[in-house]
Amino acid sequence: MNRINQKLQEDKKLLSIYFTAGYPSLDDTVGVIQELEKNGVDMIEIGLPFSDPLADGPTIQASSTKALENGMTSEILFTQIENIRETVSIPLIIMGYLNPMMQYGIEAFCAKCKEVGIDGLIIPDMPVDVYHDEYQAIFEKYGLINVFLITPQTSEERIKFIDSISNGFIYMVSSAGTTGAKNSFGNAQADYFDRISTMNLKNPQIVGFGISNRETFNQATDKAKGAIIGSAFIKHLTKNGTKTIADFVSNIR
Amino acid sequence: MSYHVNEKGYYGTFGGAYIPEMLYPNVEELRQKYLEIMYEDSFQKEFKQLLKDYVGRPSPLFYAKRLSERYNTKIYLKREDLNHTGAHKVNNTIGQILMAKRLGKTRIIAETGAGQHGVATATVCALMGMECIVYMGEIDIARQAPNVARMKMLGAEVRAALSGSRTLKDATNEAIRDWISNPVNTHYIIGSVVGPHPYPDMVARFQAVISEEMEWQLQEKEGRSYPDHVIACVGGGSNAAGAFYQYLDDERVNLIAVEAAGKGIHSGESAATSALGEDGIIHGSRTLLMQTKDGQITEPYSISAGLDYPGVGPMHAHLYASKRAEFISITDDEAMTAGLELSQLEGIIPAIETSHALAVFEQRKFKENEIVILNLSGRGDKDLNTYIDYFKL
Repeated sequence: MNRINQKLQEDKKLLSIYFTAGYPSLDDTVGVIQELEKNGVDMIEIGLPFSDPLADGPTIQASSTKALENGMTSEILFTQIENIRETVSIPLIIMGYLNPMMQYGIEAFCAKCKEVGIDGLIIPDMPVDVYHDEYQAIFEKYGLINVFLITPQTSEERIKFIDSISNGFIYMVSSAGTTGAKNSFGNAQADYFDRISTMNLKNPQIVGFGISNRETFNQATDKAKGAIIGSAFIKHLTKNGTKTIADFVSNIR
Repeated sequence: MSYHVNEKGYYGTFGGAYIPEMLYPNVEELRQKYLEIMYEDSFQKEFKQLLKDYVGRPSPLFYAKRLSERYNTKIYLKREDLNHTGAHKVNNTIGQILMAKRLGKTRIIAETGAGQHGVATATVCALMGMECIVYMGEIDIARQAPNVARMKMLGAEVRAALSGSRTLKDATNEAIRDWISNPVNTHYIIGSVVGPHPYPDMVARFQAVISEEMEWQLQEKEGRSYPDHVIACVGGGSNAAGAFYQYLDDERVNLIAVEAAGKGIHSGESAATSALGEDGIIHGSRTLLMQTKDGQITEPYSISAGLDYPGVGPMHAHLYASKRAEFISITDDEAMTAGLELSQLEGIIPAIETSHALAVFEQRKFKENEIVILNLSGRGDKDLNTYIDYFKL
C-alpha cells in the first residue's frame, strides 16, 4: 500500500509541511526532510521550484527564485533524494508545475519518483481532463498518487468527479487566493469546511493555503483530516535557517 | 486540415487550458459563454458601432506605391496604426470590455509589457466607467514612462510586478494571481492570443476584423478578396492572428509570421520563439516557449517591447509546426533600418514591432505581380526615443 494511504488511515489529524527544494541553500533539501520527520510531521511536500509559479504568493515565489538561483533542477533534486528512503519513512510528495516535468518527460519523471521513493504528486496547473486522458495510466503504473485541488468556487458536480478519479486525498484550498499565510479563518471558510465535510467524499481532505499557526491548523482540521503549511514554514526558514525546525513544529501542535 | 481551434480548445496539439483549479470557474464560465455572447445581435451591433465611431474603423488599406517600386512587387499596408490609441490592440479591448459587461463583471485587470495593451485597456475602462488595474513589470515601468502616465491619466491603477524578471511574463503572472484572488467580480483582459482556452480564440475573433476588412477592401481595389501573401509581426501574435484569420484555411494565401531575432537568433539575446522554443506550458497554454532544458521559462530580448515575449500563441505554434505559415526572424538592426525606410518612402513612422514585418522585404523576394498585404500593426510615436537613440537623430 502507498505510504500516503497508510498514513491517512492513522487515527489522528495530519500535519503536512511544504518546503521548496534547494532552499535556503541548494544542499538543505535532505536535512530539512529529515528534521521535519524527526519532529513528528506526518507528510512532506517537496516543492520543485519553477520560474513562473502561478498559484503561489510572494513567499513561495521568492523561495523558488532563490532555489533556482542556487542551481536547483529536477535532476539535482532526484540525485539529492536518491537515498532518502534509508532514513525517512513518512510519505513524500513532490509539488511542482507541469512544464519542468514535461521537459523531463512525464513517464521518466514518474519512473524516477518511484525509484527514489516518492509517493505522490501535486501539480496545480495540470488539468483534470488531461490527467484523466493522458497521464493517469502512467501515474498508476508507477504507483503514484495524484492529488487534485478544490476551492470554495469548485462546483459540487466537479468535486464529485475529482473525488472519483482521486485515490489518496483531496487538497482543499482554503480560500480564493494564492498560497500565503493567514492568521485566522472567518465564517466563509468555516461554512466551506462544513459543506465539504457533509459531502461524504471517498477521499479524505487536507486543507492548504493560509495555514500558519496553531489556531488556523486547528480550525482547518476540525472537519478535515489534516492541514498543509507552506509559506509560514518558508518564512521560518528564511528568518531562522534550518536549525530551529523543532520550534516551528512544536508551535503548531 | 483546419487551422482554427477545435472544440476542446486546441490547435493541433497546442492550446488547452493548463490552469490551477482556482481559475477553473472563471475560465469555464468564459468558455461556455463567449461564442454565444459574441454573436448576439446586440453585442455585434455595439461592437461594430464602437469600432466605427470610437476606434475609427475601417482602417484604410493603402497601396504603398514607392515601397512597391523599391521591392518590385505590389504592397498594400493595412493601417492599424491609425486606430484610436495607435495600434490594433484596441480591437480586442473593445470586444473584451463588452464581454466583461455582459458577464456582469465590474473590475478589469490586464497585463502590459510596453504599455500599449495597458493603454488600450485603460481607454475602454474609462469609456465604460469600469475599475481598471494594469500589471506591468517594474523594469518596464521604468523604461516606458509615457505609457505609464497615459494609463494613469485614463484613470487606471498601474501595479508593479516585482517577481521573477519583472517584465511582461511576470506582469502576466501577477494578473493571473489577481484573478485567482478575485474570482467573482473581475474579468481579465488578456492582450494577445495567449493564455488558456478560450482566450486565444476569443482574442483572434475580435482581431479578425482586420482580415474581414482586407477582403472587401482588396476586392474593391484588385477585384479579388485574397492576396498572395500576408505579412505580420508576432510577439504573442494578436495582430498576426487578426490579419491571417480569414485566410487561415485558404491555401492560396501564404502567411508570413515575423519574429524578433533581437541581436541574432543564437546571440543569447533573442525573442525568436519558433526557432528557439520547445513545446511546453506558459500562462495556461500548451505552446512553443523559450525555456531551459530543465523547463524554466527564460527571458527573451528584443529592441521592441511588444515582441519581447518568451512564448507565442498556440495558433501560431500550430501554424509553425504544420508549416502552414512561413516564419522569418528579423534582427534589431534590420528592423530599425526598415522602419526608417518606410518613414522616408511613405511618410509613415511605424512601431518597431511593425518594422520587423517590414524588414521581410529585404530578406525575401516577391514576384512583381504578386499582391502582398503587410499588417501595419502600430504607429511609432511610442518608439521615438528608441529611434532617436538608435539613429542619433
